Amino acid sequence: MKNIRLTQGALIAAMLAAGAAQAGTLTIESWRVDDKGLWEDVLIPAFQKKNPGIQVKFSPTAPTEYDSALQARLNGGTAGDLITCRPFDKSLDLYKKGNLDKLDGKGGMQNFPASAKVAWQTDDGKDTFCMPMASVIHGFFYNKKIFKDLNLQPPKTIDELHKVSEAVKKAGKTPIALGTADQWESSQIVFTGIGPNFWKGEEGRKALIAGKAKFTDPQFVAAWEEMSKWGPYLAKGYSAQTYGDTQNLFASGRAAMVAAGSWDIGYYNQQGVDFGAFPPPVAKAGDKCYISDHTDIGLGVNSKSKNKADAQKFLEWVGSQEFADLYTNKVTGFFSLSNHLIAVKDPVAKQMIDWRKTCGSTIRLNAQILNRGEPNMETELWTVNSAVLNGKMTPKAAADRIQNGFSKWYKPAK
Amino acid sequence: MKKPLPWHIVVFLAPALLIYVVFSAWPLIDTLRLGFYVTSDTGSQHFAWLANYKMLMFDPHWSEGFWNAMGNNLKFFLVHMLIQNPIGLLLAALLSMRGVRGAKVYQTVLFLPTLLSVVIIGFIWQLILSPLWGVSETLLGYVGLADWFQPWLGQEETALYTLSMMSVWQFVGIPMMLIYAALIAIPDEIIEAAVVEGASAWRIFWTIRVPLILPTLGLVTILTFVGNFNAFDLIYSVKGALAGPNYSTDILGTYFYRAFFGYQSQLGSATLGAAVATLMFLVILAGVGVYFFFVQRKLQRFSF
Repeated sequence: MKNIRLTQGALIAAMLAAGAAQAGTLTIESWRVDDKGLWEDVLIPAFQKKNPGIQVKFSPTAPTEYDSALQARLNGGTAGDLITCRPFDKSLDLYKKGNLDKLDGKGGMQNFPASAKVAWQTDDGKDTFCMPMASVIHGFFYNKKIFKDLNLQPPKTIDELHKVSEAVKKAGKTPIALGTADQWESSQIVFTGIGPNFWKGEEGRKALIAGKAKFTDPQFVAAWEEMSKWGPYLAKGYSAQTYGDTQNLFASGRAAMVAAGSWDIGYYNQQGVDFGAFPPPVAKAGDKCYISDHTDIGLGVNSKSKNKADAQKFLEWVGSQEFADLYTNKVTGFFSLSNHLIAVKDPVAKQMIDWRKTCGSTIRLNAQILNRGEPNMETELWTVNSAVLNGKMTPKAAADRIQNGFSKWYKPAK
Repeated sequence: MKKPLPWHIVVFLAPALLIYVVFSAWPLIDTLRLGFYVTSDTGSQHFAWLANYKMLMFDPHWSEGFWNAMGNNLKFFLVHMLIQNPIGLLLAALLSMRGVRGAKVYQTVLFLPTLLSVVIIGFIWQLILSPLWGVSETLLGYVGLADWFQPWLGQEETALYTLSMMSVWQFVGIPMMLIYAALIAIPDEIIEAAVVEGASAWRIFWTIRVPLILPTLGLVTILTFVGNFNAFDLIYSVKGALAGPNYSTDILGTYFYRAFFGYQSQLGSATLGAAVATLMFLVILAGVGVYFFFVQRKLQRFSF
């Protein structure tokens, strides 16, 4: 009997304590489930050292469920104080609905170049609603040992990519690690990763938005045509291969190259792979190169937050040199978007960020404006691009389907 | 003399009734109601009569997916009907024969997969069939069939049937057990009488045993129907909510999931989800109705 009372007492005390602790706790909504440890062990403690007494909780949702779950929590009034922002339309949508605070002129914002802020501004550029955090760069990784053994150089042109792939295949290894079972890689890594070299990065993307180009134009179809040739270079049964399989395949040294993004650097380092990176190959030697340098993550303040003063303090810290340094060098492969001079320590990450010096940067093709209607272009691209890689759809059919869906709702102002 | 109201029955039934109303009947009715609403961008809902249903059935970019899911669901159900249940019947018939050694062991082994979580089943089979790490190709190689191996889970033509067969493998124990229980419940005298009359074992099976277990076969059919049209977990755990490749494994359950919870950049909508759920409910209701009207009524006289 006494025991039960004790337990009850303890329970009530615990609930009260939890309630008290929660009153001042900042909660961060995010889709970066993989970074939970990093936030809890590195970033948040670093912030608390400067701002003692502010409790911060990092509470991520799986990426595929993030948008929907966040929207539901915002509608229900249970969302966190700080909200990790997807680039462009998804966050713009939140801002238009009044879920995010306007951040112009707030502390920390002055540390970012205009180009970084574009992803989180209204179309006229007047309101900024999220602080830019990081971008990711797309390209290829290659296994240095396999390349050395076969006496190969990282390919610079499409032809070289095919030659290198043939040579690796002859040697009995998988040339490129890539699967289509999860679909998103086909679109976000392959199509919008290698594509900018064909449609000249921003030039092609802006032409689509202006209504001056169509997906059925040769510069876009060319990207699909290249993809349709990859089948023989991928592992057997790649249509049933998941992203995890792909990572394993490259990490275990069974594949010579992997179509990847900078966010994977940390994983392959952990696995102890000796690897380098090369940017998406160009059509002819000497052509200008373009890379998908995607402004990927921002951070905004929930307009219904009860703790805006602390949220603002946190945001100010996110705009600081210290955060930029920690984020770039601890969350390897995510590159801070701030103006601070950061020494990138990881060799592969450094290699990738240096591409910015010679190549034109662009974002993922459909990230801005093109995703606003129905059918949803992102979802369509996942389906179409994996079908092209699987050899189930011709490049022309892919272009037709995307253009048809697009023209159903998009009428650019002329 | 008027009988007094049997209050004790009311009192004893009330708790169960209350629980069912609160947790089963009321949510169902509320789902039907919610299907008539639409959600605006800010999350507020307003009455829109049949707008959701019109969209699901006639607006090409929703209806294509809906009918595709419906068709796939039908295939999923047919595979179970044509493969799972006959195998269940066969196994039950074999197990109920006299003098089968180790019958209990067989029963247990065949029933075991049913006890495992679908997520585990999905994961195990994904590994077994994986073209990179799986054992299937090697095993097929031992019997000289390695060339026949395909990434079955990754091809549009085969993915749905592969998943159906995984589900059959897992659940075959249930029809087996139900039919087995019905078979051993047949009174021995009837069989003995037939034996005395000189009927062969084959004839006894088809003209005596099978007609006597028809109600059970009917029950198995309806359980398979309801189970398959409510299926979701296996496909979600193996192929994710997009039910790839190219929606070839999309069934009503996964379609509902995307409509209700959203996926990737598609936002979820509780009202549209409720409309899909209502349509699923109506399909099942219609199936059960057909079964009761055409089959169950005629079976009554065989029950014992």
